[in-house]
Amino acid sequence: MTVLDLLGAPQGGAPQDSGDLPPVVELRAVERQFPGDPPVHALYPADLQVDAGEYVSVVGPSGSGKSTLLNLLGLLDRPSDGEYLLDGIPTAAAGERERAALRARHIGFVFQAFHLLPHRTVLENVLLATIYSGVPRTERRERAVEALDRVGLSHRLDFRPTVLSGGERQRTAIARAVVSHPRVLLADEPTGNLDSESSAAVLELFDELHAGGLTLLVITHEDDVSARAQRRVRITDGHLREIA
Amino acid sequence: MTAVAQDVPRVDRFGIGDLLAEAAAGIGARPGRLVLTILGTVLGIASVVVTVGLAQTAAGQINKQFDAVAATQGVARPATSRGFDGNQRNLGTLPWDAPDRAERLNGVEAAALVSELDIGDLQVTAVPVHDPSAARVTSPSVVATSAHALEALDGHVVQGRYFDSGHDARADRVVVLGADAARRLGVVRVDRQPSIFIGDRAYQVIGVVDGMVRRTDLGSAVILPNGTARADLGLTAPEELHLHLAVAAGPVVGTQLPVALDPNAPETVEVQVPPATSSVRQSVQADINTIFLALGGVALLIGGVGIANVTLLSVLERVGEIGLRRALGATRRQIAAQFMVESVVVGLLGGLVGAALGVAAVTTVSAVQDWTPILDLRMVAVAALAGGVIGLLAGLYPSLKAASIEPISALRGGV
Repeated sequence: MTVLDLLGAPQGGAPQDSGDLPPVVELRAVERQFPGDPPVHALYPADLQVDAGEYVSVVGPSGSGKSTLLNLLGLLDRPSDGEYLLDGIPTAAAGERERAALRARHIGFVFQAFHLLPHRTVLENVLLATIYSGVPRTERRERAVEALDRVGLSHRLDFRPTVLSGGERQRTAIARAVVSHPRVLLADEPTGNLDSESSAAVLELFDELHAGGLTLLVITHEDDVSARAQRRVRITDGHLREIA
Repeated sequence: MTAVAQDVPRVDRFGIGDLLAEAAAGIGARPGRLVLTILGTVLGIASVVVTVGLAQTAAGQINKQFDAVAATQGVARPATSRGFDGNQRNLGTLPWDAPDRAERLNGVEAAALVSELDIGDLQVTAVPVHDPSAARVTSPSVVATSAHALEALDGHVVQGRYFDSGHDARADRVVVLGADAARRLGVVRVDRQPSIFIGDRAYQVIGVVDGMVRRTDLGSAVILPNGTARADLGLTAPEELHLHLAVAAGPVVGTQLPVALDPNAPETVEVQVPPATSSVRQSVQADINTIFLALGGVALLIGGVGIANVTLLSVLERVGEIGLRRALGATRRQIAAQFMVESVVVGLLGGLVGAALGVAAVTTVSAVQDWTPILDLRMVAVAALAGGVIGLLAGLYPSLKAASIEPISALRGGV
């Protein structure tokens, strides 16, 4: 081995890792089956790579394995086989604490049912995400206010979620998801409970977040929602395929 | 511990403060339910505090009546009856040898006659001064006793000696002074053989005594032998026979003494002796305490089950919240800790309220009964803390249940 080899290695090796950064999400032959007789294959071995700054949508009819995929991507479930690298960190064999820490700091969730605490104000709901994700204590409030400002809810800080419209609730949830500056935003049917006007506002917000550099992965069964993404992936009966 | 968790500074991690704040918010979300939840604990703790408090108060009450002096003191007097003119008159007299008769009885450790003397216009002085212009001073009272009075009355000699049966029989002009009376008369030392005057007669002071707890008035009296009082001051009949009894000898002495003093007419002697301590009453009291403590225990148990129930219900209701927290990065341990703290705080609240109510109840009962409330404050503190322990135990299962909830299934339901 010579000095030349060592110098040449970085340029020559692995041209597919084009940037310095690893992909935010990388599935390597990840599969998930649920035990039973016969076992249910919710997700057949799948490969997926999402680079930083990408906006990817996963479409598929209900029962196709979308939720399974989301749970795996969100570290809420473990693959039966294969490896899932989140930001280059292998997670399949990681301990529960490490997975919790990864969820807190790398992933932001947006759910169909919003999942806002009814007894807390909008601001408190957003602050909730900061206490588990290690956001510096002194910055928490500032960042929560900033996140709410970003989704256009500065005038609703002290409101209870119960008095907000569906669109406002989902925007609160999005503020909560981005307050800890996650690497990837996972949205599960984000417009499923919204009317078309609110849906449009939420999708608008997603575009803005994407433009700001955030990596988005939106799971939906609605074509007009998935059409907003740069890249579309279809899941049918547990098989994951890119849509050209 | 992994690299991911370690690169967050300790102060910014989920800490005790965050835990308490989240638990407080969880409890405060439903105040009405909180009241119902703590009710069982409140009742349980309150009943335990009331039971123990009233037992202590009652014990204090009994102790007040049953002190050592009262338990060994007896008095015999001639019985009296009310005549047609409305005056009390004695039905008989005690014999002069009553102390000898009484001391022969089992259980009488010492006996002495004590009689107050009416000395009329006579003055008790250390130096007889005939000064018509001097202001009249009150004399110390004059009392006649038999020889063993000091033993019977639990007194002790400060200086000199007490008179004996020889002085009594010879009617010697000797006196013994109570400590107060000695001070008033200016008698400091008895070894110089001072004298005092009752009227114009001189009596030699042979001793100073003090501490007669059964007749504290003798501390300020001039005491002379029965024989002397009969000879000089016209004492006609003894007034009272004081007895120093063995503990629990009261009932026996009470029946035997009248016969011993006056075999022909025992009904003319009235005897006061301490009653036998009622073992029946005490055991009844103990039974009542046991029943109340058992009831309190059952109430506590129900209180604990109540907290467990409501906490479990709250866990099931908040499945969505738990899933959300897990998705936001909470570990199982943090979830368990949150519900545990909620349960402990609820238990502590119940304990505090219960202990306060218990103290209030004991105080109120005591005020109504005119008793002195006696309550061990450490016991109250322990009772309040016991509420926290109940909360801890009650919270175990619901917390484990909450920690075991899978975020996936939890998030399918709403919050």
